[in-house]
Amino acid sequence: MRRLGSAASTRAAGWLLVGVCLAAGLVVAGCGGSDSGSNSKGKQLTIGFLYVGPHNDFGYNQAAYQGSLAVKKAFPNAKILEAENVPETAEAERVMEKMIRDGATIIFPTSFGHLGPAMNVAKRHPDVTFLHMGGLQNAPNLGTYFGTIYDTQYAVGQAAGMATKSGKLGYVVAFPIAQTLLNINAFELGARSVNPNAKTYVVFTGSWCDPGKQAEATNSLIDQKIDVMEQHQDCTKTVVQTAERRGVDSTGYHADASTLAPKGWLTGSEWNWGPLMVKMVKTVVEGKFKGSPYSGLYRSGVPSGVIKLAPFGAAATPSIRTEVDKTFAKLKSGWVPFEGPIKDQSGKVVVPAGKTPDRHALESTNYLVQGVVGKIPGGA
Amino acid sequence: MLLQDVLAGTVRSGTSVLFAAEGELISERSGVINLGTEGCMLTGALAGFAVANATGSAVPGVLAAAVAGALLAGVHAFVVITCRANQLASGLAVSFLGLGLTSWLGQHYVDQSIHALNPVDIPGLSSIPFVGPVLFHHDVLTYLGLALGPLIWLFLFRTRAGLILRATGESGNVAFAYGHSPVLVRYLAVMTGGALAAVGGAQLVLAYTLNWVENVTVGRGFVAVALVIFAGWQPLKATLGAFVFGGALALQLQLQARGVDISPFLLNMAPYLLTLAILVVASRGRAQRPPEEIRAVFGTAGA
Repeated sequence: MRRLGSAASTRAAGWLLVGVCLAAGLVVAGCGGSDSGSNSKGKQLTIGFLYVGPHNDFGYNQAAYQGSLAVKKAFPNAKILEAENVPETAEAERVMEKMIRDGATIIFPTSFGHLGPAMNVAKRHPDVTFLHMGGLQNAPNLGTYFGTIYDTQYAVGQAAGMATKSGKLGYVVAFPIAQTLLNINAFELGARSVNPNAKTYVVFTGSWCDPGKQAEATNSLIDQKIDVMEQHQDCTKTVVQTAERRGVDSTGYHADASTLAPKGWLTGSEWNWGPLMVKMVKTVVEGKFKGSPYSGLYRSGVPSGVIKLAPFGAAATPSIRTEVDKTFAKLKSGWVPFEGPIKDQSGKVVVPAGKTPDRHALESTNYLVQGVVGKIPGGA
Repeated sequence: MLLQDVLAGTVRSGTSVLFAAEGELISERSGVINLGTEGCMLTGALAGFAVANATGSAVPGVLAAAVAGALLAGVHAFVVITCRANQLASGLAVSFLGLGLTSWLGQHYVDQSIHALNPVDIPGLSSIPFVGPVLFHHDVLTYLGLALGPLIWLFLFRTRAGLILRATGESGNVAFAYGHSPVLVRYLAVMTGGALAAVGGAQLVLAYTLNWVENVTVGRGFVAVALVIFAGWQPLKATLGAFVFGGALALQLQLQARGVDISPFLLNMAPYLLTLAILVVASRGRAQRPPEEIRAVFGTAGA
């Protein structure tokens, strides 16, 4: 676990061992990998990062990895341990235990599903601080933080709403959970604010990363005259590239994908974890973690710089840029883009006129707003 | 038009499974079941992507995929034919081997791009209404895939080599008595099967997803193995099965894209359910007998 990718390698090597051992008809015993490297229990600050996917996925994990680079830059003497492709299982506990044995006193489990394993490890190691991304639970030595990325999804929706000629926008989504529904809603609200006829067509693939289904979902949507594609899943390249190949615009989520769509890229929502992660590490190192906002359920967005917009692409006209920049300035001053009245798909008012739901209410969103075409199981 | 869109999507999303199923069929017809098909698909996907990335052209990628898939299937062949190990255990091991090897070697290809295999229109045919968009607006591998079932049928049932392959699958000893080496026939069949599965994997990434990610096939290789059994070891039925699977996948996404009011969870199950249902119906009537040597693998000789 000295360098990035070695956890994936360990796991891959594990599969290899399983394969080889089975094939040779051997009993798998003591197939664990041996680790070289010294135990630096000294004063050197050691920080561990866990990613659920590859660090170069043009997505969620890449964004978290960028955060670790900022931490490395801010603490040049710290030792950074990184592990990618860490599943959301007991395997994550083993990786964290190993990092602690290697001297880690701060651990960043960066996937939603790493929370359970992190809670278990946190109980066993009260002197280690855990900073978990995206959770809804905390412990004395475990805080959880997330960015309100739906804020910029509103601005991205505006770009899409202005770019579309058919008035039909496509959204390929992994699963219908609060986080994804919230983003779809913000996107449609943004699109409709500039184009009252804009509709967002949603397709759920049922997987965080199945590029084959993503390709077919994108093709299906484009067959329906959809001319701007947005998405929410872990691996994002296929949708952007399929849209570009079929001559359709795309907006992005998680990371800047403008290089994948030289003609059709508009803009996208992007994470910028670096400054927040640096601040959190500083707080822990100074012994001020307990009682700090980072020890609870911390949420932050555009004003603090955790969320930003990806650079505009070739498809973003000057008027689109002006409108999106205007909205971004509003978001920067703390505006939340869920002002009532908002109706759900059935026409029921979910946010009354003159009201804006607070962050926690938004995080339990279980409806799609009017103008979204698509069905959530058990929903309206 | 829904039907046209679904059928075009059927061909797009069924082709990779089609290659893998026809490859597995050749292997099983020789008497070797290869559960490592998933691993061969992944190997082909990564080899194809890596070589296409390095050379800037998809064609060498496809060739590299075929070679890599044949080699991985060759490991299975060695273990089960030469070392006479259990076919099911070895096949699973080869699947894990393919998954592990490609996850490991593929880490640096996740953020890479390739020049894709783009759809090629066939003059005349592609402009026919309905038929054109469904059948004649695809990449070259898909055209090859459309011809694959009939070609393998011709090979198996109309050529001497096909007869020898089938005879080996029924009884290695009888084939041997007639002067043919069952070992050679099976090695060739298993490695050809692996090569075809790998070309399927390459088609998936080079023509369709345009990207490599860990485990990009997500079980399509196992679907292919199941299809062969449900298709009763018949190449034309295997083609049908692959397209039913692809069609159900395309249909559920097309229905969602049209905002049809059905739970996406139900729709996501549809490809598997529909494929099972249609193949069960298709296999009624005539007895579906596996090659004798395959039957022996499952220890159901009395069935």
